[in-house]
Amino acid sequence: MARTTISSLFGSSPVRPLQTHMASVQECIAELIPFFESALKEDWKEAKAQQKKIAKLEGKADKLKRQLRLQLPNSLFMPVDRRDLLELLTMQDKIANKAKDIAGLIIGRKMTFPESINDKLVAFVSRCIDASKQAQKAINELDELVETGFGGREVKLVESMIKELDSIESDTDKIQVKVRAQLFKKEKDLPPVDVMFMYRVIDWIGDLGDLSQRVGSRLELMLAR
Amino acid sequence: MEFGMTFLVLACIFGLFMAWGIGANDVANAMGTSVGSGAITIKQAVVIAAIFEFAGAFLAGGQVTKTIRKGIVDAQLLSGTPDLLVYGMLAALLAAGIWLLVASRFGWPVSTTHTIVGAIVGFAAVGIGMDAVKWAKVGSIVMSWIVSPALAGIISYWLFRSVQKLILNTEHPFENAKRYVPYYIFLTGFIIALVTLFKGLKHVGLETTTVQNYGMAVIIGLVIMTLGIFRIRKIHIDPEADKDFHFANVERVFGVLMVVTACAMAFAHGSNDVANAIGPVAAVVGIVQSGGEVVQKTALPIWILILGGGGIVAGLLMYGKHVIATVGKNITELTPSRGFAATLAAGTTVVVASGTGLPISTTHTLVGAVLGVGLARGIGALNLNVVRTIFLSWIVTLPAGAIMSIAFFFMLKGMFS
Repeated sequence: MARTTISSLFGSSPVRPLQTHMASVQECIAELIPFFESALKEDWKEAKAQQKKIAKLEGKADKLKRQLRLQLPNSLFMPVDRRDLLELLTMQDKIANKAKDIAGLIIGRKMTFPESINDKLVAFVSRCIDASKQAQKAINELDELVETGFGGREVKLVESMIKELDSIESDTDKIQVKVRAQLFKKEKDLPPVDVMFMYRVIDWIGDLGDLSQRVGSRLELMLAR
Repeated sequence: MEFGMTFLVLACIFGLFMAWGIGANDVANAMGTSVGSGAITIKQAVVIAAIFEFAGAFLAGGQVTKTIRKGIVDAQLLSGTPDLLVYGMLAALLAAGIWLLVASRFGWPVSTTHTIVGAIVGFAAVGIGMDAVKWAKVGSIVMSWIVSPALAGIISYWLFRSVQKLILNTEHPFENAKRYVPYYIFLTGFIIALVTLFKGLKHVGLETTTVQNYGMAVIIGLVIMTLGIFRIRKIHIDPEADKDFHFANVERVFGVLMVVTACAMAFAHGSNDVANAIGPVAAVVGIVQSGGEVVQKTALPIWILILGGGGIVAGLLMYGKHVIATVGKNITELTPSRGFAATLAAGTTVVVASGTGLPISTTHTLVGAVLGVGLARGIGALNLNVVRTIFLSWIVTLPAGAIMSIAFFFMLKGMFS
């Protein structure tokens, strides 16, 4: 007699696992900073070690994602829409994937950027990480949102967090424009193929900010239901 | 009456067995939410259940017992053959007891109430004749099985919405919890007391007027509220607890309320479910003691209520506490602020049904109440499969109880006549 009617009525809440997943995503992309510092110094041994770490953390996030998906059957009745939740999870996971792609590309091509844009580039990465950190902060309020039944003060708090996230993301856009402008000045002196990939890396870093913002807007949709 | 003593002893044994089974399995559903929310420990749950299940059975179990005893079968038709009613009631008890044993062995979500009603209707319709069943009454009982979970759901939805509005969604939830929770405690005590008083406590020598009923219910509510206020005063905000989850301290205040609603739930469960075990016993005892008189005008003997209440407590102490522990372990997502809304809504619905003499399923009512809180976006994840299995269990349980009781009916008839 393991389960009675009442005990089988309660499913396991997706909130904690979702937060755990976001935490591991954040852990993963935070590694980009030391990675970029080593890579820009062309310390490839160190950078390689960090890239491996990023890949490993991405794998961990992936595993958490799959576990959570499996515990969300159709029959589950939740305070948030199941599709929104799955979408949010995918979005979070994409942040980690992108971080892994960035590190992988830089290591694979042993990319070196022009000296003059190094500082801006690190600032750009770190602002994008700020964005995902802010997204995580909002996700961490989900249990409080469930507790209050998605109403009142808590909703206002999360809304202000999402607003903050939006402004961080627009910061990253501005930095991105500057980085591209500086690269544009130098591009004639660099091998064209390398330059092409530099632009791609810059785009991908920008994606980190965009994805974080989309995590926030998914969360906003959940509030509105 | 020939074999009178044999019937009497058999009825008591079967009834006791059934009551034991209710205590062993069913009480866990009523108490599990309180244990799962962390408001009370398993030991406390067992003590609360033992006291209030018995109190509920003894003080408020009479009406439903009356329905089971003489509300479903039309005794007028049987005035010439009282032994048929005796065989039938014994068969119904036996059928229900065995079916519940089998079901709990396999973990099927069957309801004691549905089983016994199915069994009584079964033997009466087939063993005696379609006319022997009071179909209007059976119809209203079946209706109440649909209405009670829905009603509990509506109540719990609004209860929880009021908690959101008054406490959770305010600037100072902790202070507001301390301010408003005593009123919920009062409400719980008041409603349970009022319904119990209204339906009458004549059998314990208490005759009251309407005004007295209201007065006493208010007094009982106030007494419980005062006790609650003393407990709540002792709760001071613990900043450490709020670090991870900002509402941990608020929930501690609701924990006090949850203890009260747990008592109410146990009381409600005892008042409704004891009848499933002792209703048929009461019928047999009535016939035997009046020397074969089928239309019983005699009141329900108190010792039968005590037998039922005692059986439930015995089942609870011997086996039920383990089931409560298991259920509690599975419901950790439920916090006291939701748990109270669900148990209070279910408890109130069940007590009202008990007062009206309607045998309903406590468990299904509680499921409805929990879903009501879920609709107010209060619970992380609910498994809607359970609703399907409940409907499925209706479809299976009613015929199963009926068929078995028909078989036992003809067996007993063959053996004794």
